[in-house]
Order: sequence, then structure tokens, then C-alpha cells
Amino acid sequence: MPGRIVVPFGPQHPVLPEPIHIDLVLEDELVVDAVPSIGYIHRGLEQLVQKREYPEYVYVAERICGICSFMHALCYCQGIEHIMGIEVPDRSRYLRTIWSEYSRLHSHLLWLGLFADAMGFENLFMRSWQLRESVLDISEDTTGGRIIQSTCKVGGVRRDIGQDKLDEIHRGLDSFEEDCRDLGKVFLNDETVKYRLKGLGVLSKDEAYTLGSAGPTLRGSGVASDHRETGYAAYGELGYKAVVETAGDCYARCAVRVRELYSSIDIIRRAIEGMPEGPIDVKVKGAPDGEYFSRVEQPRGEVVHYLLGNGTKHLARARIRTPTFANIPALVKMLPGAQLADVPIVVLSIDPCISCTER
Amino acid sequence: MGLFEMTKTVLQNLVRGPATRRYPAVPARTTPITRGHVVFDPATCRSCALCSKRCPCVAIHLDKEAKVWEINRMRCIACGDCVESCPFGSLAMEQDYLPPTEEHVVDSYTITYVKPERPAKKPAEEGVDA
Repeated sequence: MPGRIVVPFGPQHPVLPEPIHIDLVLEDELVVDAVPSIGYIHRGLEQLVQKREYPEYVYVAERICGICSFMHALCYCQGIEHIMGIEVPDRSRYLRTIWSEYSRLHSHLLWLGLFADAMGFENLFMRSWQLRESVLDISEDTTGGRIIQSTCKVGGVRRDIGQDKLDEIHRGLDSFEEDCRDLGKVFLNDETVKYRLKGLGVLSKDEAYTLGSAGPTLRGSGVASDHRETGYAAYGELGYKAVVETAGDCYARCAVRVRELYSSIDIIRRAIEGMPEGPIDVKVKGAPDGEYFSRVEQPRGEVVHYLLGNGTKHLARARIRTPTFANIPALVKMLPGAQLADVPIVVLSIDPCISCTER
Repeated sequence: MGLFEMTKTVLQNLVRGPATRRYPAVPARTTPITRGHVVFDPATCRSCALCSKRCPCVAIHLDKEAKVWEINRMRCIACGDCVESCPFGSLAMEQDYLPPTEEHVVDSYTITYVKPERPAKKPAEEGVDA
């Protein structure tokens, strides 16, 4: 039996934009065990809920994560609206859906770029981020911010999108989809990408389910679980069917994200076509009294905001379970059996967002 | 043909030229609603302090006695909540970002708003009061 050595991976590593530390136990070049440790960027954002009034906490919730920021705000707002029994207008639900899907597009394109970079495919990385830029431009045109939108509020949205702009976005979707399909073809059909990803970091369907993983990690293993199917915001009217792959390896997780790009574009197109007229917000009075588990499908999986109100302007407790936190046990299961050189790809394949995880 | 999937994109890129802007020479892209930084108009502020109450990151401080309105530029996250809440239109959002600095900059303004005097009561009304 060869001797075992421990190689630390992170917290500073070229493939990781954020700090997570994993101790890799190796036999020669083969990983036999992985011990993760988190806690480098804990900011105490859950505690802040007791110091900020509930309408202002939306801005804090948005800044939990730089990539899925709109969905954090949406999840928090939906929770508060449910506790207070607020019915938001139809138009705001559709606008929220459009911004959610744009967030998902830019998050998946960002991840595809980083993933290509981890494989050493620099050209594909540049191309992914080039496409992402057009998504960010639309975000800035419609919300005033490229990444932190600050448009969701308790009781609706803060900004409307004019009909001219909606038409312009709708027209631009066709060429954008064509570009995305060209990009997707490279990820799905290129021999070098396949050679690098197939059969790597396999997570079986049972393991994915019992370890409680979420999002593309879960759907890449063949479990059709997507919270959008339950129909929050405008997904109920628009209809959505989860994208599922069955292989459970890094290639399957990549394929889920590529195909979710197309489904997101489709949702945006149908949301613009079915956009109802009317007000975009309702006046909110009083304070939340009660508790609720609010759930939203983020690019990385399902996020849960547990909110407990005590009848004052400040909530008593907020607890946020983010998808990356749920995917770390699955990551520990994927790593044994991989070569040391493949570890960065396996780690990236769950799309780790450490700011989310540590809040 | 799995080996040459990227070729089309590569050839297009050779013809198209760079996708990025040469930033300091070409100005950054902004839109009319870009949230750059907050500007304050001391001539219209009536010291209601709604902005400092609503600011989610405690960047705005108002001293009602001294009539001084302060904003900590390092704390401000440019969310635009103060601009939305101001009932007198004293706050506005400018599109350009402030230049980077090293120390905490607190911009301080002295409020110059003067409460207009009430018009003197007419002699007839005084007579009624008496």
C-alpha cells in the first residue's frame, strides 16, 4: 500500500474566485478522501436582520451573493409577502421572472467560462464571458445595475420595463439564442471537452438524493427536482419542466447548465409575450408577524430563507440555507477516485459560491 | 467533427476585432438609470431625516441642530433607497462612479434651506380672533 499524503487545496487557488479549503488525502496521484472546511468569509448577514428594518433588509439579502443576488431578494420578499398576506400585482410577478432568468443566464455563462478556464480552454472562456456581457448590458438598461439590481422590494418591484425596451429585448433574443447554441455545441460535442469531463466525479442518483444536493448537481444525477415547477412568481402561468441528465458526472452537470440556458431564454421570450398590463407594486403597511420557509430556484439550486417575524419592523430571526452549502456533502462524495489534476474541475462542477455558503 | 466545433467562432473572432473597450480612452457604458453615486442639494433639504433612517448601510448622517448632512462614500452602496424616499427631491442619483480613493471620504454639506416666513395675518382676521 502506498503511503498517504495530505495536499491542501485552497483557500487560495487559481480556479477558486472565493476561499474554500479542502484537505485532499492522496495515494500517489489518486484522491482517497477529502475534508472540506469553510468559514473564511462569514459576515453575519443573518444577524443583521435584527438591526435593519424589514423593507431595508432586501438590500442586505441581495448582497449575500454577487451572482444570484436578484433571487436572494426575490426569496426574501416572497417570504415577507406570504407572512403579511400581500398579493403582488401580476405585472411585477412577470418582471421578477424576467430578471430572475437573466440572473440565471449570466450566472450560467459565468460558470461555463470559469469551467472552460479550469479545463485550460481559454478561448471558450473568453467567448462565454463575451456573451455574458450582453446579458449584463440588458440588466443595466432595465435596472440600473449590472449585477446588483436592487429592483425587488416587498410588495412588488421598484422599476418597470417600458414596452419599447421589452420589444427590443424580445428581438435581441433570437440572435442571442443562436450564439448560445453555438457555445453550447462546443461544450456538448467537442472531443477535448468530452475527454476531460466524461466519467469524472460520478454521483449516483441515490447518493445525490440522500445527500440532499440541489440544483444542477441533483438534476445532473437524474433527479427531476426544480423549484420553478411549483410555480412561484410567474412560473405557474408560464409552465416549466426541469432539465435532467442521468449520467451524474461532470459532463452531465455541464450539460444541464447548457440546456438551462436555452430554457431560460424560452421563459424570457414567453414572459415578454404574456406580460400583463397594470401596476407594479402595492403599498405595504404594518409589520410581519409569523414565520415562513420561502424557497426559490437559484442558478445553483434551491435556496431557503426561513423568516420569523414578531410584529415589529425588525424580524426576530432569518436563516438562509444556500444551494452550495447543500452541495458540499455531494462534493466530498465525488472527489475520491479522481486524479489530483482533475480536482479543480470536480470542485467547480458543483458551481461553488462560498459567499452564499457562509453568509 | 467533434474536434473542430470551436473553429467557426475562432475564425469569426479573427475578423471581428476585440470585444472589449479601451477603457480610459473610450468612456464606460452608462445608461440613464445607472446607479453611480448620490448627489445632495443643500438648498432644498428640510432635515426630515428620512434618508438617514432608511439607509440600509448607515452611510447618511444628519445633524438637525448644526444643519449638517453627511454621507460616507465608502459605506454607501448606491442602492437608491434614499433618493426614492426623499419627499423634497433633494437627493438624486448621478450616472458616473466616483474615482477610487484610499481613505474613508465623508462628504459634508451645510443645509442652506431657509423656512419661508408665514405671511402676516390680515388685520381683519386678527379682529375675528380677538
